[in-house]
Amino acid sequence: MTTKLMGTPVQRVEDQRFLRGHGRYVDDVAVDERTLHAAVVRSPHAHARIVDIDVSAVLDLEGVHAVWTYDDLAGLATPMAEPLPLLIPHPALTHGRTQYALARAEVNYVGEAVAFVVADDRYVAEDAVGLVRVDYEVLPPVVGIDRARAADHLVHDDVPGNVGARMEQKTGDVEAALAAAPHRLQLDLTVERSACMPMEGRGTVARWDPDTHRLQVWSSTQTSTGVRAAVAVKLGLDLGQVDVITPDVGGGFGVKINHPWPEELLVPLAARTLGRTVKFTEDRREHFISSAHERGQVQHIEVGFDDEGRLLALDVEFWHDHGAYTPYGLIVPIITSTQLLGPYKPQVYRVRFESLYTNTVIVTPYRGAGRPQGCYAMERTMDAIADFLDRDRAEVRAANFIQPDEFPFDQGLVFQDGRELEYDSGDYPASLEKLKALVGWDDFPAYQAEMAAAGRRVGIGLACYVEGTGVGPYEGAHVHIETSGKVKVATGLTTQGQGHATVFAQLVADELGVRMEDVEVVTGDTRRMPYAVGTFASRAAVMSGSAIHLAAKRAKEKALRIAAEALEVDERDLEIVDGVVSVKGSPGTSIDLGTVSVLSNPLRYAFDEASKAATQFSVGDPGRPPVAEGDEPGLEGKDFYSPERATFASGMHAVIVETDPLTAEIRILKYAVVHDCGHLINPMIVEGQIHGGVAQGVGGALYERMAYDESGQLLNASFMDFLMPYVTEIPDGIDIDHLETPSPLNPLGIKGAGEAGVIPSAAVFAAAIEDAERVALPDLTITAMPISPSELHALRQRHPQPRPHRQERS
Amino acid sequence: MKPAPFDYHRPGSLAEALAILAGEPGAKVLAGGQSLVPLLSMRLAAPAALVDINGLPDLDAVTVTDDGVRVGALARHADVLASTAAAERQPLLGMALAHVAHATIRNRGTTVGSLVHADAASELPVVLRLLGGSVDVASVGGTRTIAADDLYLGPLESSVAPDEIATSAWFPALEPGAGVAFDEVARRHGDYALCGVAAVVRVEGDRVVSARAGFVSVADLPTVVDVTDALTTVDAAALADLGDVVLPHLDPADDVHATADYRAQLVRVLTARVVGTAYDRARERGTAR
Amino acid sequence: MSDTRHDVRLSVNGVGHDVSVPARRLLSDALRHDLGLTGTHVGCEHGVCGACTVLLDGRPVRACLMLAVSAVGCEITTVEGLARDDGSLGPVQQAFAECHGLQCGFCTPGFLTTITAGLADNPTPTHEECRDMIAGNLCRCTGYQNIVRAVERAAELIAEEGEAS
Repeated sequence: MTTKLMGTPVQRVEDQRFLRGHGRYVDDVAVDERTLHAAVVRSPHAHARIVDIDVSAVLDLEGVHAVWTYDDLAGLATPMAEPLPLLIPHPALTHGRTQYALARAEVNYVGEAVAFVVADDRYVAEDAVGLVRVDYEVLPPVVGIDRARAADHLVHDDVPGNVGARMEQKTGDVEAALAAAPHRLQLDLTVERSACMPMEGRGTVARWDPDTHRLQVWSSTQTSTGVRAAVAVKLGLDLGQVDVITPDVGGGFGVKINHPWPEELLVPLAARTLGRTVKFTEDRREHFISSAHERGQVQHIEVGFDDEGRLLALDVEFWHDHGAYTPYGLIVPIITSTQLLGPYKPQVYRVRFESLYTNTVIVTPYRGAGRPQGCYAMERTMDAIADFLDRDRAEVRAANFIQPDEFPFDQGLVFQDGRELEYDSGDYPASLEKLKALVGWDDFPAYQAEMAAAGRRVGIGLACYVEGTGVGPYEGAHVHIETSGKVKVATGLTTQGQGHATVFAQLVADELGVRMEDVEVVTGDTRRMPYAVGTFASRAAVMSGSAIHLAAKRAKEKALRIAAEALEVDERDLEIVDGVVSVKGSPGTSIDLGTVSVLSNPLRYAFDEASKAATQFSVGDPGRPPVAEGDEPGLEGKDFYSPERATFASGMHAVIVETDPLTAEIRILKYAVVHDCGHLINPMIVEGQIHGGVAQGVGGALYERMAYDESGQLLNASFMDFLMPYVTEIPDGIDIDHLETPSPLNPLGIKGAGEAGVIPSAAVFAAAIEDAERVALPDLTITAMPISPSELHALRQRHPQPRPHRQERS
Repeated sequence: MKPAPFDYHRPGSLAEALAILAGEPGAKVLAGGQSLVPLLSMRLAAPAALVDINGLPDLDAVTVTDDGVRVGALARHADVLASTAAAERQPLLGMALAHVAHATIRNRGTTVGSLVHADAASELPVVLRLLGGSVDVASVGGTRTIAADDLYLGPLESSVAPDEIATSAWFPALEPGAGVAFDEVARRHGDYALCGVAAVVRVEGDRVVSARAGFVSVADLPTVVDVTDALTTVDAAALADLGDVVLPHLDPADDVHATADYRAQLVRVLTARVVGTAYDRARERGTAR
Repeated sequence: MSDTRHDVRLSVNGVGHDVSVPARRLLSDALRHDLGLTGTHVGCEHGVCGACTVLLDGRPVRACLMLAVSAVGCEITTVEGLARDDGSLGPVQQAFAECHGLQCGFCTPGFLTTITAGLADNPTPTHEECRDMIAGNLCRCTGYQNIVRAVERAAELIAEEGEAS
């Protein structure tokens, strides 16, 4: 019997090509001298009217093939003159706005595309960019949530108050509940902007075939089907004329789910117009100022609770900075507003938010997608309640947990997918016990006191989250068993390093009974699977994993049926092991899957030895049609998975930090994670996802921010100044424990795992640093994240403290 | 992010290089390129020509004599750091170099290049000033030696003329009775320091004869302050007060990474720590001999 | 100011390539676009991320911080040159596969070259030295945990080979 691969740490099949330098990322496609290269003229102003654009100097430059501004677009493809699509409309988004592929009359952030150049190579294209003269009439910029709310100036003239959307959800009369609560607290919190910052930026290559009138596009995207549809619509092509292939992608983390980016349309347009392969490879500076950011929010929380710390009323209001445009709708603030609740069950909850325009880069989901902010709001509140009641922080959380026997648990809200926010399963008390053991929660106070006696400040924090993963609407899969016995699998969503080719092959090998090395998985190629949604919301394993499992099941059913006929046995007596169908208990009576595949497809022509056996003269009953009614030729299985609602993973993190009393440097001493994503397909890969998420969380909590000045210039648009952590900034060791509470919603009992690692970081670091500082400064409270040593130093200055002691010398 | 076009020269001799520089007023010298190439790629610099000196012979030596360490124009940071003889003769050089960016950058970046790039956020210029070192430069007109105190004119501005090539730098040996130390605080390991402090303290017995501290990233120029007078007695209190002695000579500024106030705090903490360590080392050396 | 082409010979992975490039062509671009060696990746083009790290005469350097014309006379090793002569994975590559030291794979070539040189210098690194060895390379996927393990594992593999031969 073949050992099940589900749940085992199988080594990744994709690594072979990556490790040899044979990966194919989008900039590696079409490396030849005939390929043309694009560059973009970008706005240097955060808010300005375009008075005039003069491209005349470019026309004389040798090696330039095209230079376009907005005025050229309509003539090239009529729909290109319309604004880019608003991908996810929502009734609350009353004032949604999107940009044009090239700015029409106004620019609304530094970096907005104004003109597009195509040249022999990127060097010449950048020379041309430098020669385009744009006259701007500078308008007052709106930067930051405070300025947006003040609305002294407007980002868009026709959007009053800079408010794109106002939304409210509630489960009862929160004001009455607050009034009736024995204790009340208020918190004002902020979170600053950060960004996904994948190592590979965006990129698109397009090739137009004039003979077949078809367009082939390679794009570094999280949704090839989305890009395909957008390109077809915008270029006025039939869907069937466009293929989109997602090659290897050097990280996404959310930013590549937004689409179409201006270049994602302009490159195919140029390829068609010029009849040449055209490539755009975003550089790092462009990525900072023209791809998306996330996270920026200001939050106000009022909470009422009893003596045990139980939430009787939770009233949250927040202001979300969505940047200059809203192509991705309200997904991020809706997730914040709903997932804020985490594993808790407040008696009454109300949340209101405003999604605000600012003259900054657009905001679309970044790993966690609004959850880190929600978790931060909720967990800071829990810490504040514990502090107020002088109770253990873990105890207060436990008092509010949804209990294992309460699932499915309906939070009484509507989630990001328009479905009820109903948790399917979980075991939060067990999770907390594991975490406390893993981090040494109960022993920590003694350690803290011991360190304090030595003049050192150590602190501990914990934070809990629940993450809705695997949202719909659907994913599909196609499984094809070739006559060689090899299994070709296609699913439409894309891959950015999650090891899909490995985990999906594990599922197919298990279900079909074939060797994993015989399974090859293709993702993100619309030629192979034209119906798909995309990779976001920790959905790939749940959605495509389930679809692949179902498709493999169908292929297996067919294989067994054909094999049973061929072997003249009952198909219930058959099993498939290592690609061979045999009668259970009598392995001599067998047929390999390749032969079954041959038999599945009655042929007229024989082209090799195997196919001779499948000609219509050899197979089938002469008295019946070669392909039976209702049957299809070929050994394939295709299926889709479309769940009623999301499945809810959960987890808890704890961190121990030390803060330097003099320099305010923050050192991580221990990081612990308890994680529940249901059944694990490949624990090695799940842990890798957690490691990466934690590292991004450390970055987001302690290092990374988008520093805009008041004129809307991004001051740190480089890796010199946007401080992504190196190994030296990441804890040496992350302790992980798993809990496996299966989801009842899908056949594999799995939940998503991609984003989890990053969700609690702002919350958990704020708690731990505050705890460490309170060793010396009992009133110090952290309300703004991320926090740098400089900011911690400033916080200390604002708090009454004993006279600074003389530096100890050894 | 691609450089604008430029003319390129790769001379085979110093004389040839100097002749090209003399004839091309807009030319820049390319050695390690670890600061210059990113400026080119961001098009923050667009010189008409580059004179690549990587093909010049005999400029890559790290020569250690009794008096000090001479570092040739093509010696990479990594070469200097790898020289145990250099570390013995002037330990401060290696201490500072260990903080220069990351190892991969040090493999290509040159010590002399870093000195004449004149960045007050770099470790080496202040070390050169603190040690009283110098840089030898050549032009078609001849050669001259620029003392470290005369080298730095302004932010990213040195007194090396456009037609001159810095051919070597001189770091004097550690004096008898002296101890040195270096420390810095950066946001990430390998980043430019938010504040860095180097110190040379010379003692006779326990008495401080001379104490000087140099500062990275907290002034427009690489700045050295003499703190001898503040150390008539050396104890925790005296060291803790050094910050207030040196801060009037410095000008810490706000940027996206830190406030001026925080940098001033680092000046206080690091000055006490680094001068104290240099003092201890000076006494240890005295005792050892 | 001109974009004159310069004929240079680049020696990469033991093979000489004659190319004609403008002086401003970055070494990273020459490797990728002129020689088709696309394993060397470009992540930032200002020398911070390390994805483009290649070995220049055995030492790791940033290919994005060098001009191709400046690399004449040097022996360059890229990720494509790290496999063994028989085509199997070299020890550092093998260790990355075993330890799940990569996810999207974009930064990986820079880590592989850096570690290859680092272990040649110091074949028996301590845990702290393993961390130091990769301290100048950014990875956005792995959180570095498994890369550190891979450095340790690669050192083991190299030691085992040494014993075997």
